[in-house]
Amino acid sequence: MSAAKQSVVECEGVEVEFRRGRTVQRVLHGLNLHVERGQIVTLLGPSGCGKSTLLRVVAGLTRANRGEVRVFGAGVEESQRKLAFVFQESALLPWRSVWQNVHLPSEIRGSAGESSLKERIERVLELVGFKPSDWTKKPSQLSGGMKMRASIARALITDPELLLLDEPFAALDDMLRSKLNDLLLEIAQRTGCTMLFVTHNIAEAIYLSHRIAVFREGQIGEEITIDLPFPRTSGMRSSIEFANYYGRVSESLMRSSE
Amino acid sequence: MKKTSVVASVLSPLVVFLVVASLWHFAVDWFRIPPVILPKPEAVLRGMWTERVSLLRGAWVTFQAALMGLGCSAVLGTLIAMVFSQSAWIRTAFYPYVLFLQTVPIVAIAPLLIIWSGLEFRTVVLVATIISIFPIISNVTSGLLSIDQNHLDLFRLQGAGRWGTLMKLRIPSAVPALVQGLRISGGLAVIGAIVGELFVANSGAYDGLGTIMNAMQANLRTAELMGAIATCTLLGIVLFLTVEGLHRFLLRRWTIDAGFELDR
Repeated sequence: MSAAKQSVVECEGVEVEFRRGRTVQRVLHGLNLHVERGQIVTLLGPSGCGKSTLLRVVAGLTRANRGEVRVFGAGVEESQRKLAFVFQESALLPWRSVWQNVHLPSEIRGSAGESSLKERIERVLELVGFKPSDWTKKPSQLSGGMKMRASIARALITDPELLLLDEPFAALDDMLRSKLNDLLLEIAQRTGCTMLFVTHNIAEAIYLSHRIAVFREGQIGEEITIDLPFPRTSGMRSSIEFANYYGRVSESLMRSSE
Repeated sequence: MKKTSVVASVLSPLVVFLVVASLWHFAVDWFRIPPVILPKPEAVLRGMWTERVSLLRGAWVTFQAALMGLGCSAVLGTLIAMVFSQSAWIRTAFYPYVLFLQTVPIVAIAPLLIIWSGLEFRTVVLVATIISIFPIISNVTSGLLSIDQNHLDLFRLQGAGRWGTLMKLRIPSAVPALVQGLRISGGLAVIGAIVGELFVANSGAYDGLGTIMNAMQANLRTAELMGAIATCTLLGIVLFLTVEGLHRFLLRRWTIDAGFELDR
């Protein structure tokens, strides 16, 4: 690992268990993970393996029973303001327009009075690909892909240094998915934002990541570094290296699911 | 289900009405039923027509009482639900007493309300409020509590407090539940207003429908009494349509109801 101060996320021996009545379900046991600044790390694994739980632990939404989690070198609660979460469903407030949804985080944080806010909202909406005529639309008038774009815009408005994404594109078709993959890469390049990305789609994981962490029995079973150059282009998806990585990652995933 | 045409949906109930009315008409002749027990349908209509002014005025008075009662229920019920949403302890402690409002027979406490509040219009409103508040409290409370977990997490991550979460998340989320509650409470408020008038009698510048019915019954004017009953039913429908209009207006703004057309 590089210098400790560069680490954005540090997990050491993280254990999480859920109690349902008398049975205790151990979701994470002794998980270690380090994510350096500016990296995109993908958490890959079969459903129910604890990927989303880890994301929630890093966000401070679920408490680890044991082990240490440090985000930006501090406790999870102190770092909450530096991160943003993109939920599996877009989680937009249905009674608010796109613009108002993006406005929301500033309202809650009490920074809605800032004069630059209007401009920043417009810039972020343009970045994620919204036409001004769609800014006043309600979520129910938007397609799945547009909802997710609005959700990403809402996450970006607080200028997060760490973006946590919980299977954001799971419900979208392949075309939309790869378009939004490119959007995420563009955002990463422009903002230098560190990303922790949960998915069970292998191609998406390879295309986006510096590194893939494959889950195995509540731990990181294997970490695979993806040495494809940045910026990534959709042409790379059909390259031999990509196919090789695909084979390696799916083999690793197969071993996890046994 | 196959869609029935407008003509059929208007015509077929009308046919049923005419058949039932003529059976009624001939039954009265055939069994020689005295008009005090069962007047003929045309006598009821005639009674409604001759009493049209007092019935319309009465309907207006009762409508106002019911609407005010419903308004009080909406405001008070929402406030109580907001308090309930803040702690499980409060809910457990106070729920039995709220349930009391639902289970107590309104006719049993109406005399008591008259002792406290007098033979006044406000007592009628009070009866309408008490009978119609429970669906608001229970619906809005559950609306305030059943919030999407992702939305709660979103607010938590931004460091939202109790107040911010209530104002910006819980209350807007509960608006459809409030409207659902109003739909149930609307009918109850009409019943409450009429029951209240039966007890209060003199409830304002004009007599309400309940007061009119009392007078008709005392004078054995059965045809006019049945006319007043029909007016009560129509009033219920008018209030229902009022709430329904509010429902559509609000849900258009909130756009949560999946059954509601948006792209127009």
